Amino acid sequence: MESGTTQSMPKKKRKWLSLDKREAAQGYMFVAPWIIGFLCFTGGPLLFSLYASFTNYDITSRMDWVGLRNYQIMFNRDPLFWISLKNTLYYVAIMVPLTTIGSLLVAVLLNVKVPGMRIFRTIYYLPAVLSGIGVYMLWMMLLEPQSGLVNTVLGFVGIDGPNWLTDPNWTKDSLILMRLWAVGGGMLLYLAALQGVSEQLYEAAELDGAGHIRKFWHITVPMVTPVIFFDLVTSLIGGFQVFQEGYIMSADPTNPGSPMNSLLFFNLHMFNKAFKVFDMGYAMAMAWFLFLIAIAVTIFNMVASKYWVHYEGGDNR
Amino acid sequence: MSQTTSSGPSYFEGRRNRERIRKTLIFILLIVGSASFLMPLWWMLQTSLKSLEEIVQYPPTWWPEKFVWSNYTETWAAGNFTRYTWNTTIIAFFVVIGQVLSNSFIAYGFAKIKFPGRGPLFLIILGTMTIPGFVTMIPTYLLFSKIGWVGSYLPLIVPAFFGGAFQIFLFRQYFMTIPNDLVEAAKIDGANHVYVWARLMVPLSKPVMATIAIMAFNGAWNDFLGPLIYVASEDMYTLQIGLQAFKVSSGVNQWHYLMAGSVLVLLPVLVLFFFFQRYFIEGMNISAGTKG
Repeated sequence: MESGTTQSMPKKKRKWLSLDKREAAQGYMFVAPWIIGFLCFTGGPLLFSLYASFTNYDITSRMDWVGLRNYQIMFNRDPLFWISLKNTLYYVAIMVPLTTIGSLLVAVLLNVKVPGMRIFRTIYYLPAVLSGIGVYMLWMMLLEPQSGLVNTVLGFVGIDGPNWLTDPNWTKDSLILMRLWAVGGGMLLYLAALQGVSEQLYEAAELDGAGHIRKFWHITVPMVTPVIFFDLVTSLIGGFQVFQEGYIMSADPTNPGSPMNSLLFFNLHMFNKAFKVFDMGYAMAMAWFLFLIAIAVTIFNMVASKYWVHYEGGDNR
Repeated sequence: MSQTTSSGPSYFEGRRNRERIRKTLIFILLIVGSASFLMPLWWMLQTSLKSLEEIVQYPPTWWPEKFVWSNYTETWAAGNFTRYTWNTTIIAFFVVIGQVLSNSFIAYGFAKIKFPGRGPLFLIILGTMTIPGFVTMIPTYLLFSKIGWVGSYLPLIVPAFFGGAFQIFLFRQYFMTIPNDLVEAAKIDGANHVYVWARLMVPLSKPVMATIAIMAFNGAWNDFLGPLIYVASEDMYTLQIGLQAFKVSSGVNQWHYLMAGSVLVLLPVLVLFFFFQRYFIEGMNISAGTKG
């Protein structure tokens, strides 16, 4: 547009510099929305919550520095904190391995050449695209002790099914069962990885006389370890965030987390502290505590991954 | 049906038979599995069409004795579902627009323009993917409350216009596959980057846009926590909150109504899935690429 002015620039070098600068300016303009979003919705809130976790902030006017008091209350004077932490850890510790193994096994089955495979894959994947209240309502009905589908089917094989969502010993397992219905999401990841495994590896193993189980352990599993790793990290972070299931699928709908606080997950307790009693400082201390756990687990995962994740082509000791 | 290769020696004959048995077993296993994966959906559908008397009947029936279509109209009338659907649609619409536009725009900057700090910034973006939402949830709420947006849909819509890590990553991956020569050629013709983005990249990236749009729609449609925190009055409820409120207020478990409601809430996603399966799967597959 202003080609006249650009051409009349005296020195070539300066012209290039200004071109670079103009290019950079445009670059910043393009990424500006993200930078603003980051400052407002991620970075800023992160710092604010860290600061506020050391205050008695209650949304009105108070925001006095109280040092570690929130954290002390958390560890020493809030039994619900420990209950909610235990509930969350239980959920994560059972759900993550089960869904990881489940997705991998389903993917292995769906990688065999049999007729109708496209339809099978669609069916197994379908539940994974559904989420939200419709699914929670559906499972609350399926898990009804008397008329529910789950106990009806268990009855066929002579098992007297538990009172899934009303017996505090079974509520978290109920949610895990529901979660397993959606293994199709992880399955897709594994399927993509399985299809990248070279057929020659299997043929070579067969020549050495390896059976299906040996081939699975010595070829399939090592080849998909990068996906297992990815799946582990994301489901752990997702698992720590469990909230809605506990809020909605409680035995007494007016008392989220019931029965007997067995579904009172960490985030649900935090939600109550923040939005029911407006103890924002305390809630943010809780948030940071769980964040630290999540970071520690993720870092542990990354360090440990060096010893078991196999990257093709990369020779990791 | 296994592939009929040239008939080999009898050693291969036996092996092929064993292979056939194995495949048959797997086939049966897959059918049983499919039935159990589909059964919950069938159960929801048939419960939504039964009378309450038939639902509590023991043993349960696997097919409604009488189809009670009025469950749907009664559910629709009992809650303010027309309103909830409209509200949810509005939010989802803007979230889709916001996410598709902003992420494509931002990703173009990261993919095709050189500027100091680009690499580190992109690393920060990837890093934010590992920050759990709950740490930023309360401060973000406080921010919106300070500027007086609580009680409106703005907190649910506006952030969609400022990019998301995963979506930026997805778009960037795609833009990287488009040759730089194309951008250079357009620039030599006098186009600036905004023009190149709007006229070249946007039309070329329709498949990614479809993937992002579907993910955004699903996210907005199924969002529970957002509306729970920000929506104040009953006439602003979304379907998620509305259905939950309906359950709480109905007290006893009115499964025929609740399942009719659930079918209605899940239907748009199901329909989208059947028409745009490819994009659901693509979203998943590209996310697998994140592992590097």
